[in-house]
Amino acid sequence: MSLELKNVEKKVGIETHIYPTNLKLEKNTINVLLGSTLAGKTTLMQIMAGLDKPTSGEIWFNSKNVTGMKVQKRNCSMVYQQFINYPNYTVYENIASPLTITGVDSNQIKQRVGKVAELLKLSAMLNKKPDELSGGQQQRTALARALVKDSDLILLDEPLANLDFKLREELREELPKLFEDRDCIVVYATTEPSDALMIGGNTATLLEGKVIQYGKTLDVYSKPENLISAKVFSDPPMNIAEIKKEGSTCKLTNNNVQWKSSVKIKDGTYKIGIRPHNITTYKEGNNSVEINGKVQISELSGSESLIHFTNGNLNWVSLSNGIQQKNVGDDTKLYMNTDEFLYFDQNNRLVNNG
Amino acid sequence: MNKTINQKAWFFVIPVFVLVAFNAAIPLMTVVNYSFQETFGNNVFAWEGTRWFKQILLSERFHAALGRQIAFTFIILLIQIPLGIGIALTMPKKGWGVPVCLILMSMPLLIPWNVVGAMWNIFALPDIGFLGHSLNGLGFDYNFTQQPGDAWFTTILMDVWHWTSLVVLLSYAGLNSIQPAYYQAAEIDGASRWATFRYIELPKMKKVLTLAILLRFMDSFMIYTEPFVLTGGGPGNTTAFLSIDLVKMALGQFDLGPAAAMSLIYFFIVLLVCWVFYNLMMKNEAKS
Repeated sequence: MSLELKNVEKKVGIETHIYPTNLKLEKNTINVLLGSTLAGKTTLMQIMAGLDKPTSGEIWFNSKNVTGMKVQKRNCSMVYQQFINYPNYTVYENIASPLTITGVDSNQIKQRVGKVAELLKLSAMLNKKPDELSGGQQQRTALARALVKDSDLILLDEPLANLDFKLREELREELPKLFEDRDCIVVYATTEPSDALMIGGNTATLLEGKVIQYGKTLDVYSKPENLISAKVFSDPPMNIAEIKKEGSTCKLTNNNVQWKSSVKIKDGTYKIGIRPHNITTYKEGNNSVEINGKVQISELSGSESLIHFTNGNLNWVSLSNGIQQKNVGDDTKLYMNTDEFLYFDQNNRLVNNG
Repeated sequence: MNKTINQKAWFFVIPVFVLVAFNAAIPLMTVVNYSFQETFGNNVFAWEGTRWFKQILLSERFHAALGRQIAFTFIILLIQIPLGIGIALTMPKKGWGVPVCLILMSMPLLIPWNVVGAMWNIFALPDIGFLGHSLNGLGFDYNFTQQPGDAWFTTILMDVWHWTSLVVLLSYAGLNSIQPAYYQAAEIDGASRWATFRYIELPKMKKVLTLAILLRFMDSFMIYTEPFVLTGGGPGNTTAFLSIDLVKMALGQFDLGPAAAMSLIYFFIVLLVCWVFYNLMMKNEAKS
C-alpha cells in the first residue's frame, strides 16, 4: 500500500497554492507535514483525501490512479483542528456514524465502537452530546470517528492546535501508539517542529506551497538539505550568520568571533545555522566558542531559559537548561557549540552533511 | 475585587425609564383602565369589573377571529419556514451572486406595509390586475373581493412574498456560520445530502430558526396593515384577523371597554405562545 503524488499542482485563479509536488508515502508510516500557516498543508491533505482536485498531476493509491475519484469512494478519514462532531448525536452515535452510513451490522458496530472508545478513554461518556464534553474529549471523539472505520488513509490536520497545553501533551504522546498496529498511512499536519520530533516517522518540510524536503524525521532534523528546510524545522527560530573560512579557521564576518573547524569544505564565504539550544550560558561540548551578547528579552519557563540577544547586527536566540537569570540590557557571555553548526553554501545547500 | 459604589450612575438610566414609561407602561395602563369600565361621553366612567373579559372570552365573534388568526399564522409558518430554509440552501456561498441574492432578498422587507397591501390589491384585481387577470385568463374563477377562498389565497401569497425573505436571511446567516470542515467530515463519512442537512445544517441552524419562527409568529399573529389594505377583512368577515376585528370594535363601534379587554387577552395570548414555544425549543439547550 502506498500513496503517491506525481507532479501534483494546485492553482486557484492566478495564485499557486501547491507547486508541482512529488511525494511517496509508504504503508504503515506516520508522515508529518511540517510548515507554518499557509504553507499548503491543508490543501495537500485535501488533495490526498480527494476533497479537492489538483490542477494538474496525478494521485496514485496502491498503484491505481485515483485522481478525481470522489472522497466517498476512497477509504479515508480526517480529523480537523476544530472539533468536528455531529452536534445532536451522542458520542456513541458520532463514533458509529461512518459505520452506520456504510451499513455495517449493529452488533459489529457496537463491538468496534466499544473498542475504539476504550482506546481513547471515552467509554464513560458514550451517552453524552459533544457540547457536554471538554475540548480534549471532543477531539478524542473526532479521533475515534476517524479510527473506527478501517481507513487506508488517516489525515490529521493540526488536531492538537486548539487544545490547551496539558491535553496536547497527553494526546500527543498517545497518538503514535494509536496507529501502531494499523494497516494504514497516517498524515499529520502541524506547525510545530516539536510535534514532528515526538511523533517521529517521516517528515516533509513545507514552505509557501513547496515541499522542501521529505525523509525520516530525525534525518530531516539533523541533516536539513538546505537552509529553508532547517528554518522550517526549528523552533525557536534558527540563528543564521555569514562566515568566512580560511584553512581550518572560521570567522563570523561581522565580528571577531572565530573557531577551528574540521568541516571539509573549500575556503570561502558560507552561512551557518545554529539551533538555539546550541548557544548556551554555559560551555557544552569540547569545541565551544564564546560570543558576547546584549540581552534583549529573557523568557524563563522553569526547565529552560530563552535569551534573545544582539551582537552587532546579529539578533539571535539562545536556549539554555534551567533558570538562567539575565536582565534586559545586560552584557553577557554565551557559548556556541561549534560541533553542531550547520554550514550552507551560497545557494543555501547544506555542505557539512557527512 | 472591590466594587466601586457610584449612585450617580442611576441618572444615566433615567432616560430609559422615562422612555419606556411613555412608550409602553402608560398606554398599557390606559388600556387596563378602560377594560374594567364602561365609557360614556364627557369622560364619564362606570366600574364594570371583569364583565368585558367574560363577554369577549365567550363571544363567538372573538372565537371566530381567533380561529382565523390561528389558521392564518399556522399556514404561513408552514409555508415560509421550509421555503425560507430551502431558498437559503440554494443561495450561493461566495462570488458576485452573494450580494445580488442578498439585495434581491431584502427588497420585499424594505417596502412599507401599506404599500405591500396596495400593490397586491392592484396586482390581484380580477379585471385589471396582472395576477387576477392572468388567473381568470387561465380559466380559474378568481375574485378575491368576493370569494373567501380567493381572499385567503391572496392574503397568504402576499404574506409569503413579503416575509419569506426574513426567514431566508436568518437561515442564510445560520448556514454561513457552519465551518466548511463539517461538510468535509460528512463527505468523508459518505453522508447523503439529506443526512448532511438533517444532522449538521439543521442542528446548527436551530437558534436562528427559533428566532425566525418566533418573529414570524408574532408578526403574523398581529398582522393588520397588509390585509386591511388588501381585503379590509372581507369578503364579509372572512379575512378579519384579530387586529382587524379589534380595530373595528374599538374605532368602528367605539366599544372601548370590550376592545380594551380584547387587547389585553390578545396580548396575553401572544406572550403565552411565545413563552411556551421558546421554552420548548430551548429545553434541550438548557440541559447541556
